[in-house]
Amino acid sequence: MADLIATSTEGRTLAEADGLSLSQTPLTPIWAIAPYRGKAGPTSEALAQAHGLPFPAPGALHEAEGARIAWSGLDQAFLLGVRPNAALADHAALTDQSDAWANLVIDGARARDVLARFVPIDLSPAACPPGSARRTLMGHMPALILHPGGDRFEILVFRSMTGTAAHDLTRAMRALSARAAL
Amino acid sequence: MLIPCPVCGPRDIREFTYKGHASYLDRPAEDAAPEAWNEHLHLRDNPAGPTRDLWYHGGGCTAWLVVERNTATHVIAGARLTREVRDAG
Repeated sequence: MADLIATSTEGRTLAEADGLSLSQTPLTPIWAIAPYRGKAGPTSEALAQAHGLPFPAPGALHEAEGARIAWSGLDQAFLLGVRPNAALADHAALTDQSDAWANLVIDGARARDVLARFVPIDLSPAACPPGSARRTLMGHMPALILHPGGDRFEILVFRSMTGTAAHDLTRAMRALSARAAL
Repeated sequence: MLIPCPVCGPRDIREFTYKGHASYLDRPAEDAAPEAWNEHLHLRDNPAGPTRDLWYHGGGCTAWLVVERNTATHVIAGARLTREVRDAG
């Protein structure tokens, strides 16, 4: 039997064009935090005590002490970069999702123009200010888009779809720069 | 077409999946008469005007919604979380 070597594009720049860069950046661990029914308050208190982060309102992304928390759906948030304190398990279902997601980072002045080709939502600064987390579609792929600030967008897609998402974004970057050169 | 998701705000139709009339929420008891189940599963009104149906926001917050819309004008009057509609009785 052949020896299989695990490879990944993680940590690599995938494409660069006109001041735009696309890379796959490691983002671990990722823990889903889903408060049990009626436990949203205690969950948020436990989060604040252990990690200095509140349970995010819909669409919000918070950062503190090297950890981040992003709203990721109805009654659910992703704790990023840190393992949740054990006390949280009293109030919420905790699931390690580190292996399930790929994090594609697109950064540059025209990042919004690239994403506008795929997402059906408004990512302008007025509609998507720094500190936003949006659940939406990228093409046909479910995606969680984080916008910490500046022109940086972190696109979380299911890991099995990394190739497709990277391909789509790379092509759109190329098409935009080709248009700009006309 | 936009559906005003109570969690995410107005979102494009492509993020949603249609389920059927909101009467799907009124599930008959397990031992209800076959006629009740037949009606629940198969018999639908076909209104020219306001109606309520269930939509799933799978491309967004993953909430189930009860959407009020008008079949004659295509106006969407509003949307509520299914669980809130259910809990309100």
